[in-house]
Amino acid sequence: MRSSDVLTADVAVVGAGPAGLAAAGEAAAAGLDVVVVDAGARPGGQYWRHGPGAEGPAPGTHGRGTFSTLRAGLGRHGVRLVCGHQVWQAGRHDDGFVLRLRPVHDFPHDDAVERVSARRLIVCTGGYDRQLPVPGWDLPGVMAAGGAQALLKEYGTVPGQRVVVAGTGPFLVAVAAGLAEAGARVVAVCEANAPVRGWLRRPLAALGEPAKAVEAVRYAAALARHRVPYRTRTAVTRVHGDDSVRAVDLTALDHDGRPREATRTTVPADLVALGWGFTPSLDLLLTLGAATRLDGDGSLVVRVDDGQRTTVPGLYAAGETTGIAGATQAVREGLLSGLAVTADLGRAGRTGDGVDAGPSRSRRAARLRSGVRRGRRFAEALHAACPVPAGWTAWLAGDTVVCRCEEVPFAAVCHAVRELGAEDPRTVKMLARPGMGMCQGRVCGFATALITRHLTGHPSTAEALSAFGKRPLAAPVTLAELAASDDRTAPRTAPWS
Amino acid sequence: MVIGAGAVGAAVAFFASREGLRVAVVDRGPIAGGTSSAGEGNILVSDKEPGPELDLALLAQRVWREDLAEHAALWEFEAKGGLVVGATPPAVAALAGLTRRQRAHGVEVTDVTAGELPAHEPYLALELAGGAHYPQDAQVQPMLVVAHLLRLSRSSGATVTTGAEVTGFLRHGDTVTGVRTTRGDIGAAMVVNAAGPWAGAVSELAGAPVPVLPRRGVVLVTQPLPPLVRHKVYAAEYVGDVASSDAALQTSPVVESTPAGTVLIGSSRERVGFDRTIPPEVPATLARKAVALFPRLASALALRTYFGFRPYCPDHLPVIGPDPRAPGLWHACGHEGAGIGLSVATGKLLAQGMTGRDTELDLTPFAPDRFATAPPVP
Repeated sequence: MRSSDVLTADVAVVGAGPAGLAAAGEAAAAGLDVVVVDAGARPGGQYWRHGPGAEGPAPGTHGRGTFSTLRAGLGRHGVRLVCGHQVWQAGRHDDGFVLRLRPVHDFPHDDAVERVSARRLIVCTGGYDRQLPVPGWDLPGVMAAGGAQALLKEYGTVPGQRVVVAGTGPFLVAVAAGLAEAGARVVAVCEANAPVRGWLRRPLAALGEPAKAVEAVRYAAALARHRVPYRTRTAVTRVHGDDSVRAVDLTALDHDGRPREATRTTVPADLVALGWGFTPSLDLLLTLGAATRLDGDGSLVVRVDDGQRTTVPGLYAAGETTGIAGATQAVREGLLSGLAVTADLGRAGRTGDGVDAGPSRSRRAARLRSGVRRGRRFAEALHAACPVPAGWTAWLAGDTVVCRCEEVPFAAVCHAVRELGAEDPRTVKMLARPGMGMCQGRVCGFATALITRHLTGHPSTAEALSAFGKRPLAAPVTLAELAASDDRTAPRTAPWS
Repeated sequence: MVIGAGAVGAAVAFFASREGLRVAVVDRGPIAGGTSSAGEGNILVSDKEPGPELDLALLAQRVWREDLAEHAALWEFEAKGGLVVGATPPAVAALAGLTRRQRAHGVEVTDVTAGELPAHEPYLALELAGGAHYPQDAQVQPMLVVAHLLRLSRSSGATVTTGAEVTGFLRHGDTVTGVRTTRGDIGAAMVVNAAGPWAGAVSELAGAPVPVLPRRGVVLVTQPLPPLVRHKVYAAEYVGDVASSDAALQTSPVVESTPAGTVLIGSSRERVGFDRTIPPEVPATLARKAVALFPRLASALALRTYFGFRPYCPDHLPVIGPDPRAPGLWHACGHEGAGIGLSVATGKLLAQGMTGRDTELDLTPFAPDRFATAPPVP
């Protein structure tokens, strides 16, 4: 193993999105030696995705200035960036942490980094689109809303002519606005809730984040400009097509979120973008044993204190892993975790500049903490206004695929619960195999938990969700790589001794 | 009344309810939530020296293949056979000694020369010295075994209560008359301790301790692959590891495919209590040894690992039968890594005993009070 294969640092940050960049910059500014690992080819994460052929997010991307500032800070403070690498395993080692890495497919393997050791670890792994199954969702032409947006941001392409965007949450509006601006015909945005009404119930929370309001107004204006119909309390209840999407059924939902059959209409479409909020990526945090809780949107998230410290000593989390709350909140939490790690490692802070001594740092931390609390209230209001409709399972048919990797239909999940006695998502997984395939339940885990709750009447618990979501291998790894990761030397008497 | 909704508890419930006994199963967790969900589903004769455990394994062969034949498809029973391989001539010679003893005891086994190995497993490493083929070795999906045995028990009138932890025993003098649980008291003429690695703790509650201790094992799972491994294939060293009482990490390669196409890779043994933190060198070592057996696995992707705790006794024999120290208390525990395979024989024997009949197999070697004279090493 070459020495460059193994990096050692004071602080390792996983994820170079808003939270990770902020955390790394803050810790490095205090004089700490920081390594950032990210699977993307360039820093920025999902939120600040780089445009086609350009360095940095496309003009007009929200918070582009923040990205430039954070990005510049990394260079100034000597943060080492390891892009194009996935962390496949995280473990505790002596007084710190060891991350095992593998390059993503198209990364030049000669420059591969195999391992990062650090005294402190900040996990900023973000989240990904949450999906709910619907008949026909396995047809080509059905995408996650975030996937459609990613294609647009990165390649400038819209993979369809007539688009329906459906699910819940303000993200749908952002995606639809982007697609419409790029020239796609968005025939409907279907919001399962009536969020404006929900919003009015918590006006103070909404007022706490004025930047969000500005953003929302901008998207709404884009939709109006392109005459995109916005339907509330409506869901896509079936996707039609043989080889690919041909049309979708749109059905109004009653107050329990159940489809009202009489209102069903069929609309021609060739692209369906579905989004039901986001699922935090907790793989590394769960493996390391961080305590969790259920957030307002039903997601499993990690518990942190007011310095973003998890319950595992030396392990911090910032951004969506502590609760889905968006990029602005992620930056605040990232900065706060950087400040906390600096304090915990006993650094004075900002030694390079020599101006930001103790008192002003604690003032900054206090400001950030109050911002985080404000952001949390905003997120809670949003989660309350945009829940997954309680009656959504009514649109599932027996043959609707729940787990696409293992091709597990809804009927098999029902059988596991009703006939075989499964009462929790993990037992359902063991008996019917949803979540056993390539994606290890990252796509179907949330839906499987909701279906289990619906069938058993038992509420989901953090314990049950973490039993389903525990993934000691955070990414698939070849047996050869796994074998090579063990560098202890021992005498061998047989090939397998 | 059966404590434990794992494979052994489910098998006891199945055979007891089939005998007409009224059965209640309780478990503090979900069904098959412990060791039964953490193994490979082995039904093996190959890894056992002649003795009481092999007798039990041979009885289990008959129960799986005859008594339960009609249900075999429910739990993916696969009579795939086992192939044990040795890397060196001494290892193969030792294996031949074992097969000779096993054959005399009624095990079906054929010695295999190095030249014949590829006919059994085309993708095995080339530098092996020989092996043995055990056609009786088989595999099931253990969670489905538990779920279906409990389902069949329920249809014979049994009840299954999950989320109910046993906190104590109801007594009349020395006699056990039921259990206290977090969901209320349950009276019963007979209480069966089938609590797997937690059976020791349950027996303490009853004041009739049996020394069942946890021995951790890790399994590595690959992506679904085209057919690559036909049998359950393992190294001759495995037999020695199973019988060993060493506390330190032991690993010997065990490789097999499942009907889902994934390849399961074991095996590791560690005595670390109920520690749930897996050191990274365990899956790494399993991977290295599996690739040594099947070089083609080098490029296969590992998707996940899982682990569990084998319930073992110091003499590596299970505890099966009535406890003379606490009349009314029966044990069905301590099967170590063989619990899935042996579960159905255990259930059948216990049902015979509980209905007052002679058991098909003498239970003396499995007696709960056999440890009394030699206290276990903690």
